[in-house]
Amino acid sequence: MDLTFSEEQDELRKVVRSFLAKHSDEATVRRLAVDPQGHDPVVWRRMAGELGLQGLAVPEEYGGSGFGYVDLGIVCEEAGRALLGGPYFATVALAAEALLRCADEQARHDFLPGIASGETVATLAFTEDSGRWDEQGIGLTAAQDAGGGWRLTGVKTYVPDGHLADLLLVAARTPSGISLLAVGTADTPGLTRTPLPTLDQTRKQARIEFTDTPARLLGSEGAAWPALERTLATAAVLLAAEQVGGAAAALDAAVAYAKIREQYGRPIGSFQGIKHKCADMLMEIESARSAAYGGLWALDAGDETETAIAAALAQAFCSEAFTKVAADNIQVHGGIGFTWEHPAHLYFKRAKSSEVLLGTPSYHRELLAARLGI
Amino acid sequence: MELDFGPAVRDFRDEVRDWLTDHLVGEFAEHRGVGGPTDGAAWEVRLAWDRELSAGGWLGVGWPKEYGGRGLGLLEEIVFEYEYARVNAPYRATVNALDLLGPMLLKMGGEAQKKRFLPPILAVEELWGQGFSEPGAGSDLASVRTRAERDGDEWVVSGQKVWTSFGIHADWLYVLTRTDPQSARHKGLSLLLVPTDQPGVEIRPIRNLAGQDEFAEIFLSDARTSADMVVGEVGQGWRTAMATLGIERGTTLLPQQLTFEREAEALIDLARERGALDDPMLRRRIVDAWISVRIMRTTNLRTIAELTAGRTPGAQATTAKLYASTRHQQLGQLATELAGPAGQIVGEDYALDRRQRSFLLALAETIYGGSSEIQRTIIGEQVLGLPKEPRP
Repeated sequence: MDLTFSEEQDELRKVVRSFLAKHSDEATVRRLAVDPQGHDPVVWRRMAGELGLQGLAVPEEYGGSGFGYVDLGIVCEEAGRALLGGPYFATVALAAEALLRCADEQARHDFLPGIASGETVATLAFTEDSGRWDEQGIGLTAAQDAGGGWRLTGVKTYVPDGHLADLLLVAARTPSGISLLAVGTADTPGLTRTPLPTLDQTRKQARIEFTDTPARLLGSEGAAWPALERTLATAAVLLAAEQVGGAAAALDAAVAYAKIREQYGRPIGSFQGIKHKCADMLMEIESARSAAYGGLWALDAGDETETAIAAALAQAFCSEAFTKVAADNIQVHGGIGFTWEHPAHLYFKRAKSSEVLLGTPSYHRELLAARLGI
Repeated sequence: MELDFGPAVRDFRDEVRDWLTDHLVGEFAEHRGVGGPTDGAAWEVRLAWDRELSAGGWLGVGWPKEYGGRGLGLLEEIVFEYEYARVNAPYRATVNALDLLGPMLLKMGGEAQKKRFLPPILAVEELWGQGFSEPGAGSDLASVRTRAERDGDEWVVSGQKVWTSFGIHADWLYVLTRTDPQSARHKGLSLLLVPTDQPGVEIRPIRNLAGQDEFAEIFLSDARTSADMVVGEVGQGWRTAMATLGIERGTTLLPQQLTFEREAEALIDLARERGALDDPMLRRRIVDAWISVRIMRTTNLRTIAELTAGRTPGAQATTAKLYASTRHQQLGQLATELAGPAGQIVGEDYALDRRQRSFLLALAETIYGGSSEIQRTIIGEQVLGLPKEPRP
């Protein structure tokens, strides 16, 4: 039983945290928030080149470092803490995971080295206007043309970082079921990408229209759903880790402020009304940590049944925990926390956008109930 | 929950398993899952079970051999507790001495005290009660007023103690007293060991809200104990009392955890039986109850993993009680709601079934061992470093 972190993992956390303190400080987060691209290619390349973060959990045979999910979870947690903008989650937690799980060895060799090296920004184009994350939500169709190639027609929307991805992995409906197809975005005809202005400006989304767009089928036609389901479970756990990091940063901010802000002649953190609220925030965070870490351990143990349960649980719990803690942080700050100038709202908005990013807590509760046979 | 604690303890695990299979039979097996930290049900049977454990050498797995223990490590203790909880063996009647007084003596007691008191604990020959709280000293324990004065070779103790779990069964008490009458608060306190079989000690049961005589109030009127019955130093009683409080050793986590998991499973069965799973509002609460029990499990496993790896447990060890106690109450309330009108009917003489008992006794969990409010203050000040409240 190894449900604790190793010294190497503590070191990884330290390295990532100090890198992000430099490259994803508040000024950078705010700069990227108002940048329509929301992406800093220089930092992106350094993340890959200096730290190997994009390829951390990609096996060595595909150009990665072959670390485990606990390690990747540490990076996601730190990214959440620093409100890292840009396409890390889309590329690593969604696209790379979809490639690792699809039944297409050639595609892994073709695409993963580029992701690991930081050359390729990728994403998973799954949701449509319904916003659903289940099989029924996929309406976009792919059909075979006369030459045997595949063509996509329809719309994907709310696609994380879809506006800047070099590679789109598209979930589509084909004659015998759900398939996964790859679309390179450079000079591809029939592809219209429109950035969507987002409530949480630190996480960008795009609407993508496909009009007879040429695409490459990955794996067998109609057989992609199980791989997609496992991809989404993995992403759900990694998002939970990110949420834990965001919540921890919000609590740190609340505690720091409660120590220095004085009212009635003493620090507000000495009042039980504030002190007990902060204690409850820590309890939420530590419980969320257990939910997220439980998922990471299940992933590393390769236990698919347990992962499916832990993933739904992690999203149901960590989503709400982050939102609650981020809102409490604003409350502890009072008026100043309600301003645009103070970063508290950045965490609150990130919390809410994360809550719906891979399906709402209610949806994940239903997934969990179904997986438990309740 | 099936846990494997590694190859090093597999033989030990099998030994525990085999022993429990052979001995948890007959009347003992009929009392599986009976009793709890505030549940004195089937006291005599549980006492007999403790003697059975003692004969098998299973009390004090981690205590040194010279005092009658097995002299094994923390991992073995955890394995034992896990196997014990897995078969749902009765809650040990001697738990107060095993979990609180014993570790305190091991850490702070003199050699003569250890030799005198530890073996009879493991032999189930002497039972202990805690004399900490007073009518005027609950959460604010440092305001104890029970006085102890030296009279020749003896201490003479007077005052009132309260909320002593299973106090009516106690042969001895460990009592927090004020030995320096000029002192205030944490200073001038001493921890004394006082025999109950004397005229100056009167123990009266207090009926709890579940109708059980589980705890007691204790009146000390010139009660006497010999001069060498101070644990730690005279005047350092606060340090002695606190030395073993708040140290989570991981061994108590798993039994409680498995009880909660059983209750969550029973909740789902009950909901299914009563068709409540189709009600989306109830369904949500049922799933949330299951989630909270699973989170408690992972939190406990994190702490146990850190302890057995020789690391200091993280912040989760300080928030675990707050979380578990509040969520356990919610679970009991939901189960009682699902049980409907039939769940409101009790047996003769207010006899409660397992669900009713757990539903009521869970209310103590946010009070004993530091109320939730005290927990939040401790977390706020000691974990988060928030400033203390100014004292008038």
